[in-house]
Amino acid sequence: MDIEPRFFETNGPGTGGVVGQPLNRVDGYDKVTGKAKYSAEFPLQGLVYGVLKGSEIAKGKIQSIDTTAAMKEPGVLAVLTHQNLPKLAKTPNDQEGKKAIGAPMGFLPLTSDVVHYAGQPVALVVADTFERATHAASLVRVQYAVEKPLASYQDPKAEIFNPEKVQDDKTKGYTRRGDAQAALASAPVKHSATYTHAINHHNPMEPGSTTAIWEAADRLTVYESTQGITRTQKSLATMLGLPQEQVRVVTKYLGGGFGCKGSSWPHTVLTVQAAKAVNRPVKLVLTRQQMFTGMGHREDQTQTLQIGATKEGKLLALVHEKTSTTSPWDNYAEPNSRIINLLYDCPTFESSYQLARANVMTSTFTRAPGEAPGSFAIECSMDDLAYQLGIDPLEIRLRNYAEKDPTNGKPWSSKSLKQCYARGAELFGWSKRNPKAGATRDGRYLVGMGMATASYPVHNSQGTARVRLYADGHAVVQSGATDLGTGTYTVMTQVAADALGLAPDKVRFELGDSRLPTAPNSGGSVAAGTVSSSVYVAAQEVWQKLKKLAIADKKSPLYRAKIEDVVVEKNRMVLKTNKQKGEDFAALMKRNEMSDIEGTGNGKYGAGYETGLAPGPADSGHQDDKGGHSMHSFGTHFCEVRVDAELGTVRVTRWVSVHGAGRILNAKTARSQIIGAASLA
Amino acid sequence: MNNFSYTTATTAKEATGVRKDSAQAAFIAGGTTLLDLMKLNVEQHPQLVDINMLPFKGISETADGLRIGALERMSDVGENQLVVQQYPAISEALLLSASPQLRNMASIGGNLMQRTRCTYFRDTAFPCNKRNPGSGCPAQTGDNRGLAILGGSSACIATNPGDMAVALVALDAVVTLENSKGKQRRVPLLDFHLLPGTTPQRETILEADELIVAVTVPAAAHARKSHYVKVRDRASYAFALVSAAVGLDVQGGQIQSARIAMGSVGTKPWRALEAEKLLVGKPATEASFRAAAAVAVRGAAPREHNRFKVEMAQKTIVRALQEITA
Repeated sequence: MDIEPRFFETNGPGTGGVVGQPLNRVDGYDKVTGKAKYSAEFPLQGLVYGVLKGSEIAKGKIQSIDTTAAMKEPGVLAVLTHQNLPKLAKTPNDQEGKKAIGAPMGFLPLTSDVVHYAGQPVALVVADTFERATHAASLVRVQYAVEKPLASYQDPKAEIFNPEKVQDDKTKGYTRRGDAQAALASAPVKHSATYTHAINHHNPMEPGSTTAIWEAADRLTVYESTQGITRTQKSLATMLGLPQEQVRVVTKYLGGGFGCKGSSWPHTVLTVQAAKAVNRPVKLVLTRQQMFTGMGHREDQTQTLQIGATKEGKLLALVHEKTSTTSPWDNYAEPNSRIINLLYDCPTFESSYQLARANVMTSTFTRAPGEAPGSFAIECSMDDLAYQLGIDPLEIRLRNYAEKDPTNGKPWSSKSLKQCYARGAELFGWSKRNPKAGATRDGRYLVGMGMATASYPVHNSQGTARVRLYADGHAVVQSGATDLGTGTYTVMTQVAADALGLAPDKVRFELGDSRLPTAPNSGGSVAAGTVSSSVYVAAQEVWQKLKKLAIADKKSPLYRAKIEDVVVEKNRMVLKTNKQKGEDFAALMKRNEMSDIEGTGNGKYGAGYETGLAPGPADSGHQDDKGGHSMHSFGTHFCEVRVDAELGTVRVTRWVSVHGAGRILNAKTARSQIIGAASLA
Repeated sequence: MNNFSYTTATTAKEATGVRKDSAQAAFIAGGTTLLDLMKLNVEQHPQLVDINMLPFKGISETADGLRIGALERMSDVGENQLVVQQYPAISEALLLSASPQLRNMASIGGNLMQRTRCTYFRDTAFPCNKRNPGSGCPAQTGDNRGLAILGGSSACIATNPGDMAVALVALDAVVTLENSKGKQRRVPLLDFHLLPGTTPQRETILEADELIVAVTVPAAAHARKSHYVKVRDRASYAFALVSAAVGLDVQGGQIQSARIAMGSVGTKPWRALEAEKLLVGKPATEASFRAAAAVAVRGAAPREHNRFKVEMAQKTIVRALQEITA
């Protein structure tokens, strides 16, 4: 069943320096030829198809479900509802269960007769073909006792409350630094603005999908479209009451996720239960329509940001309020305040979150959760302030440049934002901008130029990898990571090639299977840092073993050398003091009749791990303050926009992004990622 | 989607005969709208009759104009040199429609039968008078940003979303229809689509056993000088917020004849006959264009979210007229 990622062709020998090169994607050939198998493409024997029927109402109770017509259809194996679905060991319907499962949502559909939101699954039909299941689902008749729903915090009937914490307890509902209200009241210059965002849906090209097969009564394999196989494995094991190792999760390729595949949503466990109920492997793919109500979204929200400043544009106070919609069960709001609190040097800060419950599912991380809308608010306000004071937008940002992290006073691990500003301004031609609004025209177009600061935190994480080096000069490297499509296969191949002194076409990197060493979610930009450090550490263990072998081998030129005197140069071990003296790993292994040698490594990444004294569980994130430094990437965007003065149509015509983002593992995938992010914005 | 049978018709009579016996059957050409709506359960047909084998082909110059077979594909018509040179608004409207993939599939006849994109129509969880007569129209007070400001009724304000039909209506196109007896009739496209009134489920004058055979467009100076402008949220692959198809014959600065139609503002492709009349004999100036555009949206009844269309429609007409006189 496992598919074999191909080796790929390059020209060079193992010369080192592979990291950073704009290597083409190692999985590119398989993707464009259709050989790459996505999670819904595994042809299992006896596979049958599940289709969800969503609620037509947004609030109420199911009075009755008539499945007679659906069950009569040819090929239909089961119509599962809250009345006949097998019971789970644990559900997320209470806080303890939700936490244990790591569920994004404190409610699992098909566990009761209550309807909380439109599209909430009320039945799951299983049939021998997708078409028959789809048709049968349309024949399921549900009678509801309909209640009046509430759609949003903007509804006048919505009850707004101040949560103690938001974002699954990760963020405080209220934060302050200094007395921002007093500073605002006495500030010589004030600015206040309100920003409203509609709901954002992720809708990646590949929708959510689950294919579940019970290998035995207590052993399960799931082919899942997820950004985190370990997280899915843990969630399912907890809900099913199985030991974690008896649940295998496989995700070889992903067609994007943008955060909606960062946790396990209801369709996954429901498919697993359906497979149990019909005793056949079941595949369920959410429809494009169901993606709007099946895997979370970025919540609709209003932010108000008040700024107090001096006449020279120096910030004195930032007061931020956010009001957004949440589900009937969870206090979720993406943490906009963090980015607003740290982007500029400001002595006082205050932020509060307000929520209203409505008949929607729980919102979730959507690409740059909090950073995206939070940056939008502070960056628009900085521009307004610059305009109000007649200061250049770039200049006002330099006047408020944060030399240390304003939230905790710690030094940055690195920050090259000033260089980014300078380079961006030069590439863009910022000095040619006419600051007078509406003054730059090109025919019927008004031409506008703008710039903004960008930042994203380095979240702490750790993971594991395994390296198996073969005497014939190739290596297989494994980690249970996932590749969102952003290039994990490729960059890990590069890291392993350099760490082992091999050409990249002699390295095969495998991921996407919970049988492989554990890696964190591909989310929050942790995978590249964590998995690459894991691969590197695992390769070091291989070298350590080889060094020991060499110094104990009478036939080795390194015989009886001290291990600390032996260093690795590309694929050779040599004496630090006499680099002519040594041998390559292949000669050593062949002489010792070893076909291969293995090493594993636990890579840690982020500020919390800079001293090695602050270990935390994989996936925990947000532990920056445990380290001595604050770790963030910084950058800047400049863009030109043309607006048709009559018709109001908008076209973005030029864009320059300059980023200080740490070590670039692959120039091509990094560039693509920046283009993707800028386009998404 | 329901189970359905699929047959191929080789003659028009065979095809229309099926519909004579079963009005629930549907013709399929490109299938770009039909299959979508069947998958959404908005339409259910027990039988599909494939009409692609019928000889309704050809893009040709006739004694008095242009003739397009109903089974020609949008892409082929849009790129046809006769259409590009003599009827530019039609070519522009076609090539600004949908995506290349859809244009390669979709037929001219099918495109005239294109159904509304009103979200309430397309989502069977909602009532809709067009889909389920008498059930109600949530669009009147609901999300109606994309919906019609002209030609609506209390039963329906669904917009006709097409591009090509707007250009064809502007240029006096006539559709040729044929029934199961083999009898043909010719109907001006302007009269082909119906206003919703109290029967929004009935969208065209086409009888159950009739097929669209061809579309003809008279040659004219204002057709040679015609133009289509489409304003939308995205630069491509989006339906119009507002569009305008215009044609002008200007001699010595004086407008001899004018044609104006608007898309995505009406419940059918919206011809602005009064505005055209106003332009005749006037100088081809911005002032004339603005005065005509104001007349074109007279009687508009915007709802909560589509008020912007009243102004945008006028500006789009003015832009289109300016661009052909520039």
